[in-house]
Amino acid sequence: MENETKLKHFESLIDADSNIEPRDWMPEDYRKHLVRQISQHAHSEVIGMQPEGNWISRAPSLRAKKILLAKIQDEGGHGLYLYSAAETLGISRDELIEQLHSGKAKYSSIFNYPALTWADIGAIGWLVDGAAIVNQVSLQRTSYGPYARAMVRICKEESFHQRQGYEIMAHMMQGTPEQQEMAQDAMNRWWWPALMMFGPHDTNSPHSGNAIKWKIKRASNDILRQKFIDKTVQQAELIGLTVPDKDLKWNEETKHYEHGEINWEEFQSVINGNGPCNKQRMENHIKAHHEGEWVRKAATAYALKQNQSVKQ
Amino acid sequence: MENIQDSQWPLWEVFIQSQPGTPYKHAGSVHGPDKSIAMQNARDTYFRRNEGTSIWIVPSNAIVASDPNDSDMLFDPSNDKAYRHPTFYTMPEGALNI
Repeated sequence: MENETKLKHFESLIDADSNIEPRDWMPEDYRKHLVRQISQHAHSEVIGMQPEGNWISRAPSLRAKKILLAKIQDEGGHGLYLYSAAETLGISRDELIEQLHSGKAKYSSIFNYPALTWADIGAIGWLVDGAAIVNQVSLQRTSYGPYARAMVRICKEESFHQRQGYEIMAHMMQGTPEQQEMAQDAMNRWWWPALMMFGPHDTNSPHSGNAIKWKIKRASNDILRQKFIDKTVQQAELIGLTVPDKDLKWNEETKHYEHGEINWEEFQSVINGNGPCNKQRMENHIKAHHEGEWVRKAATAYALKQNQSVKQ
Repeated sequence: MENIQDSQWPLWEVFIQSQPGTPYKHAGSVHGPDKSIAMQNARDTYFRRNEGTSIWIVPSNAIVASDPNDSDMLFDPSNDKAYRHPTFYTMPEGALNI
């Protein structure tokens, strides 16, 4: 009975578009869903540093290198905002990292694709960050306060990421035929994985029901995906890139683009660990974590020693 | 160091003053083994652009928060004391500058 009252109060807050804060009562499934979604989001930011980090030492100019460094540092920062939001739900950072390493927690499958050429850095910023922004703008209104606040902060910073990527693509499309070809090749490889970032079709999305009801998610996968396609096609056409979808066409009635079928087998296969880089991404993260252990311990030992000398 | 447990370090809450004269606002949290590293982490995490001019960091376990179950007791009574608001009072017709 007591729980029923609490649930009623919780639902009335959700219905009123109010926010749930860490110390408020919440259904166990709400907490679980948030931990899964926020930690997956945090891990994606952090693992997402790897495909781009690969290009820091090979950036074509000092300007490009400075921009890339700043962008990757932002991704790390975004991971930290999100980890701290997840930690307000009663899970520790150690547990979050442990869940990533054991495979219990996932990260966005887009980061299991390799960044083969400099044009990929353009495509990642423009398409991958572009898709992430569509999702994150919608999540600024998510019902859990700390998550919503992290999203507001992240959205402020993401638009630089997308613009620097589009600038790279536009620049290459004005270059030599080889550079144009390189840009189109990156477009061909990143377009479909970017569409997959929004997750399965609404009819086939196992976690959506409660997430929409509790306003964790504010729009469905298909609606967000459509938004991304509608705004990106014009940007591609403007700089002379072809969207690699022969079924793509404008529907004058709905005022939306219609797109071809997404290869969901590929999506499932990459999620299940068979993407081109799954193994490498995880090994890198585990290695960095172990190599940092002595630093974490030394700093802890130093802090203990400082505390003791203060007490004496 | 063998007896030191590996950890992600204690949690600190970060507060930002966006410009001199304005109140400090909660930004989020960071991990750090001590004050100086926590301060450095707060700077790198929450101040990469022109977010502010001053930082406070506080160990998270030092913060005492009100219990949402006490909300009625704590916050409801403020509504029935209308005489705490200037609009409660009737001023004589024609009084200026009050």
